[in-house]
Amino acid sequence: MKIKTLLFNIGFRVLAIVAAFLFTVLIIAAIQAQPIEAYKNILLGSLSNGQKFGEVVRAWLPLVIVTSGLMVTFTAGLWNIGVEGQITMGAIFTTAVLRLLQDQALAPGLILVLAIMAGAVGGILWASLAGLLKIVGGINEIFAGLGLNFVADAITLWLIFGPWKRPGVGSMSGTIPFKDELRLPTLPGSPVSIWPMVIAAILVLTIYIILRGSYFGLRLKAIGKNLRAAYLKGVPTASYMLGAFMLCGLCAGLAGAIQVTGVHFRLVPSIASGYGFLGILVAMLVNYHVLWALPVAFVFSTLNTGSIQLPIVMKLDASLAGVLQGSLVLFVLLLEGVRKKIMGKAGEG
Amino acid sequence: MDSNTLTSIAGMLALAAPLIFAVIGETFTEKAGIINLSLNGTILLSAMSGFVTAITFNNIPLGFLVGGAVGMLVALIVAFSSISLKQSQVAIGFVLALLCRDLAYFIGNPFMGSPGIRVSYLPIPGLVDIPYIGPIFFNQNILVYASYLLIILATLWIFKTRPGLMLQGIGEKPMAAYTRGTNVNRLRYIYAAVGGFLVGLAGPMYSLSVKVGWKGSLSGLDGLGWIALAITIFGAWNPLRAAIGVYLFVFLQWLGMVLQPVLADFPSQVLQVAPFPLMILTLLLVNIGNTEWVEKMLAPTPEAFRRAVKKLIRIVRSSPPGSLGVPFESGK
Repeated sequence: MKIKTLLFNIGFRVLAIVAAFLFTVLIIAAIQAQPIEAYKNILLGSLSNGQKFGEVVRAWLPLVIVTSGLMVTFTAGLWNIGVEGQITMGAIFTTAVLRLLQDQALAPGLILVLAIMAGAVGGILWASLAGLLKIVGGINEIFAGLGLNFVADAITLWLIFGPWKRPGVGSMSGTIPFKDELRLPTLPGSPVSIWPMVIAAILVLTIYIILRGSYFGLRLKAIGKNLRAAYLKGVPTASYMLGAFMLCGLCAGLAGAIQVTGVHFRLVPSIASGYGFLGILVAMLVNYHVLWALPVAFVFSTLNTGSIQLPIVMKLDASLAGVLQGSLVLFVLLLEGVRKKIMGKAGEG
Repeated sequence: MDSNTLTSIAGMLALAAPLIFAVIGETFTEKAGIINLSLNGTILLSAMSGFVTAITFNNIPLGFLVGGAVGMLVALIVAFSSISLKQSQVAIGFVLALLCRDLAYFIGNPFMGSPGIRVSYLPIPGLVDIPYIGPIFFNQNILVYASYLLIILATLWIFKTRPGLMLQGIGEKPMAAYTRGTNVNRLRYIYAAVGGFLVGLAGPMYSLSVKVGWKGSLSGLDGLGWIALAITIFGAWNPLRAAIGVYLFVFLQWLGMVLQPVLADFPSQVLQVAPFPLMILTLLLVNIGNTEWVEKMLAPTPEAFRRAVKKLIRIVRSSPPGSLGVPFESGK
């Protein structure tokens, strides 16, 4: 019986994946393009050689970090949509420290460590703001977060065109790039750096342990399941929720720091690259299991990296990756509802 | 008042029209107890499909019909997954917000920059000649007139009619409505569909009137749906107050544009987002009255003071319908 249930569950997942692929194939065909050609180009653009594979890994690590942070807020039943702004704020704080210390006689490694730590602080601050607006101000975290995302974007633009503008005139291409010593050292012949790998590994493990085996995690789960009941049982819900926001902000801020030190080497508009929202999709898709997020985030990064060249090669919009990712999550959620309905009926009968 | 000021006030009313439709549409949906979080994607997808339909068939009304239908379809997916499949409305709505946006960009790509057509002006003879009021309110296109009408009709429908009373019932206390013989879930489907249709009309109102054309991610429409959701809360689920919220938002945006030359050091992008921090502040103002600590803090204060504060809170505060986002089960 158990195996039958398991097969049933797996069957529904496979069905969702097939449905999402069929849906995107139909969409591609609808605008008179070649679906197979499009998928071939996505794979060519992401996994065909070492350099491209490296780019996928480079995009994967911040996504993994953000997603594991989101697991904490989701566990507490919080929709931290402000995660996008928290990444941005991390990037801003990192850039600020790098600019401040770049001409000082300090070891570049030390400057980098300080800058990345500053990024974490930036993320925590911005997440606390969303948390306080929710807990003290009674504003739904979705709307507080959305507003703060826009504000973080505005601050970025103001810095790029104002105080931090390039000599002469500011431009959308961002601030002046940092010198080579202030960039995360990469593995030979690859764009991948060991630093974000270590950060991601530590965070994923820590959060896995916190959520699986700690008192804090257990109480967070209680809050997520039933806020009122947890409160009545004496859980300090306000500080736990704020703690969840801060932990997620820490992850998001570190992801922003990596975007500055390991990917763009400067502050650019929309530095968060949509990783916050993408992380929310990944978290929903893996049903909030931290370890499953690793392979799924990798697939998502492959799609994103591979679709970058679609506009050049096929004159298609790169948003195809988003269409596939979005429809995948949509079909998984819908079919999960159908599955529960069937199981419920079987249970009654 | 010179004619420039009149023109810019008239322009603001035109700019507000699509948001009025989106916000009142969402108000209907949420009043019935369903949150449709997909607005940002819905508006983009309906703007694109309305535009493409209108230029392909050279038929503007058809473009609006398709835009509305897209909005209705998306809302029905949210309603179906929450009512019939018992899935999280917020999750489905969020996914649809992203998916519909990307679909709009992907499908609309071949039509980017195609020459557009625009809804023509329709000054109302007689009324347009009234000094001041005429040039502001009655020198507009039909969509703007429709937005005035929608504010009035929606307010009357919700607060002055029997079906409107029923609508409030299924959002506040669905069980009570059910025991009186109301088919709660069927009504929720209907209001989700109607609300979705209104939201869907907002898209073509942009692409065929306010910001004519389709320019993909450069269309400047990304973000508006999230604003509409925030204004729905600000509006306390009351169409009239929601409309005031929209006009306030548009006014702030206009102010940003006007102040641009004065604050030359500020990049224009910063001033364009100026309404958002203000939005958060106003949300804070309308929500803070609902929190427990305010209640506690007021407890030891003198009676008269407490009454005055509570009165003030009651005016500005905004409490959601009692069963917003809660699926209804009759317990059969």
